[in-house]
Amino acid sequence: MTDARTEVLNRIREALGSGSPATQGPVPRGYRSAGQWEPGSAGALELLVDRLADYKARVHRVAGDEIAATVARLVTELPLAGDAAETGSRGDVSAVVVPHGLDAAWLAGLPAGVQVVTDAPGQPLPASDLERTDVVVTAARVAIAETGTIVLDGEPGQGRRAISLVPDVHVCVIRADQVVQTVPEAVRLLAGHPARPLTWISGPSATSDIELDRVEGVHGPRTLHVVLVS
Amino acid sequence: MNARPARTSSSDAKAGNVTFLGMPTPADPLRWGPSFPDAARRELGNEQLRRNLGHATATIRAKRAAVVGEVPDWEALRDAGSALKTQVMDNLPELLQELERNVTARGGVVHWARDAAEANRIVADLVQAKGATEVVKVKSMATQEIGLNEALEEEGIHATETDLAELIVQLAGDMPSHILVPAIHRNRAEIRDIFTARMGDAPPDLSDVPRELAMAARAHLRRKFLSAKVAVSGANFGVAETGTLSVVESEGNGRMCLTLPETLITVMGIEKLIPRFQDLEVFLQLLPRSSTGERMNPYTSMWTGVTPGDGPQEFHLILLDNGRTRVLADEAGRSALHCIRCSACLNVCPVYERVGGHAYGSVYPGPIGAILTPQLTGEPSDLPYASTLCGACYEVCPVKIDIPSILVDLRAREVESGHAGKGWGAAMKAAATVMSDGARFRRAAGLGRAGRVLAGKDGTITRLPGPGAAWTDSRDLPRPPKQTFHGWWADHEKAAGTEAGSGTEPGTEAKPEPGTGTEEER
Repeated sequence: MTDARTEVLNRIREALGSGSPATQGPVPRGYRSAGQWEPGSAGALELLVDRLADYKARVHRVAGDEIAATVARLVTELPLAGDAAETGSRGDVSAVVVPHGLDAAWLAGLPAGVQVVTDAPGQPLPASDLERTDVVVTAARVAIAETGTIVLDGEPGQGRRAISLVPDVHVCVIRADQVVQTVPEAVRLLAGHPARPLTWISGPSATSDIELDRVEGVHGPRTLHVVLVS
Repeated sequence: MNARPARTSSSDAKAGNVTFLGMPTPADPLRWGPSFPDAARRELGNEQLRRNLGHATATIRAKRAAVVGEVPDWEALRDAGSALKTQVMDNLPELLQELERNVTARGGVVHWARDAAEANRIVADLVQAKGATEVVKVKSMATQEIGLNEALEEEGIHATETDLAELIVQLAGDMPSHILVPAIHRNRAEIRDIFTARMGDAPPDLSDVPRELAMAARAHLRRKFLSAKVAVSGANFGVAETGTLSVVESEGNGRMCLTLPETLITVMGIEKLIPRFQDLEVFLQLLPRSSTGERMNPYTSMWTGVTPGDGPQEFHLILLDNGRTRVLADEAGRSALHCIRCSACLNVCPVYERVGGHAYGSVYPGPIGAILTPQLTGEPSDLPYASTLCGACYEVCPVKIDIPSILVDLRAREVESGHAGKGWGAAMKAAATVMSDGARFRRAAGLGRAGRVLAGKDGTITRLPGPGAAWTDSRDLPRPPKQTFHGWWADHEKAAGTEAGSGTEPGTEAKPEPGTGTEEER
């Protein structure tokens, strides 16, 4: 009996026939490969802020020397979304997870009572530990203004996919020069390292599955803070 | 088409003395239920379905139109998407082998499956090799198409659907009715009842507020995500050039499945390829805006084989044929394989809007289902008649599949082959029945808004867009004249007797809802 691989490939060749494909030709790429705004320009940043807010991400525009204070404020003062806010079952924020390689200066404002755990290669935190962690702080690879999207690629400062998934609050710090206007600009940047695990995030997780009534925050972090540094 | 028996399972149908009327899980996910005209008549009697569908399709249509309208180069993106998919089909053997090489080079294992049974066998063997009896699943059309959950159940493996709507459908022992919002036929009160009776750990005081229901699902699934050893997913795109796979989703259940378990098994139709990584820039613009009407969906994951130290350390990719090469062999219908499962064509289809997904008797409903299902199965079907050929589906298709022309082609073949046993005229009435039933519905409900449906999209269509124009240029659309229809309908009702006259059949009756006097504004 022919193996499945051979048979499927044979079926495809047979289906296509021996005739020259009439449709062959260059793919028309008349679409925009970039937008009107330069990466990091005021126009690109304004667009990003608008689109992030539209998808219920919370945006904080800060100067470079305000990052630590902003991160500290968000971690210690933020009201928890969902269950915790409703039931009060969680208590105060006490644990923050960060990926290895995160700029230590960003955490310099955290009070002594907050426990910071670093998820490092070779010493990954079990998912059950992440489940007991309130907040994750990461950097990002690139942000897309038109779609309100931030992309993480797993490099130092961004970390394993699980750490930005299981905690209920994600604080993501983005530099202005990482903000591009269009999807093609971002894809071409990411194409430099296509094998890295990529997570594209556009607002907190959401569902509209019940009577199309949108509920923000299902399985991923229910609150997304974007700290935009310029 | 013959009626096909539904798979019956008493444990699925009943729990705690509660029965959730719906569409029982069928034995064949591509061929179930009565013929389209009969199923359509049954569904037309379901007021709740019509109300929910009307609201859902109108809402998503409006959202889609708004976000598509803000993209200045939308038509250029459609042209690129269409050309890329054509390129994929023309070079499918080479691109599949390129994908296989790249996935393998990055530590993944590639399997090939000729049909549903072979794919299901591979998944079951892989799960059993891990010693697991439970898997978590991301919503996937391919695994629905092959009936994977039922096949695994027979092997003693329970698959948990983690998409909220799919979880609702699964707990109710029901079938999805829409590609994007599969539980749209269910109201919040029903969902609360389903969760309370079937979830096992639903809060006793669960209300029917959507947020509370979503949080109940979050809590229920969180434990499963944290403990699952094996996950099963589909794939929206597979990049031949790099071996990268992608899943596009909203809730984060996809990320959970793709990230936390030790083993990931992905079932992907062989047509889901795109040639180069850069081509994602086209499809990641086309898909979210066409599908949910969002500029971008909340989460998109991309992975390439195994990433040491991050995510599943064992990855299997199953490349599925299951009738796709049959579709490919048909030059006229081949472009049905270009579909990226956005469901935009469902939301604009006047026929779908009235009958809903269950009437199509396939996991692929709506206009795309009407061309894809008969081609995948290669069996005679009346689905090509489930359309008024209004052309709206072509207008919104992000990869420009000319659905109306393919429908016409399939109809012609049904007639030529002699399979259109009921004849052209009778089959045409399938669509006419659906489109005209609005008047009947309103008479029955006393809403007095007759005329909207008949004067709507099916009213006077003289020219189809695109290549379909050649067809309509030479003949009128074969829609029966109004007078003829009424005569036909009267006869049909007489023949069908009380069963059809009541508008419902056993097992499909909707719960009466208070306040049915208003229809959703559109």
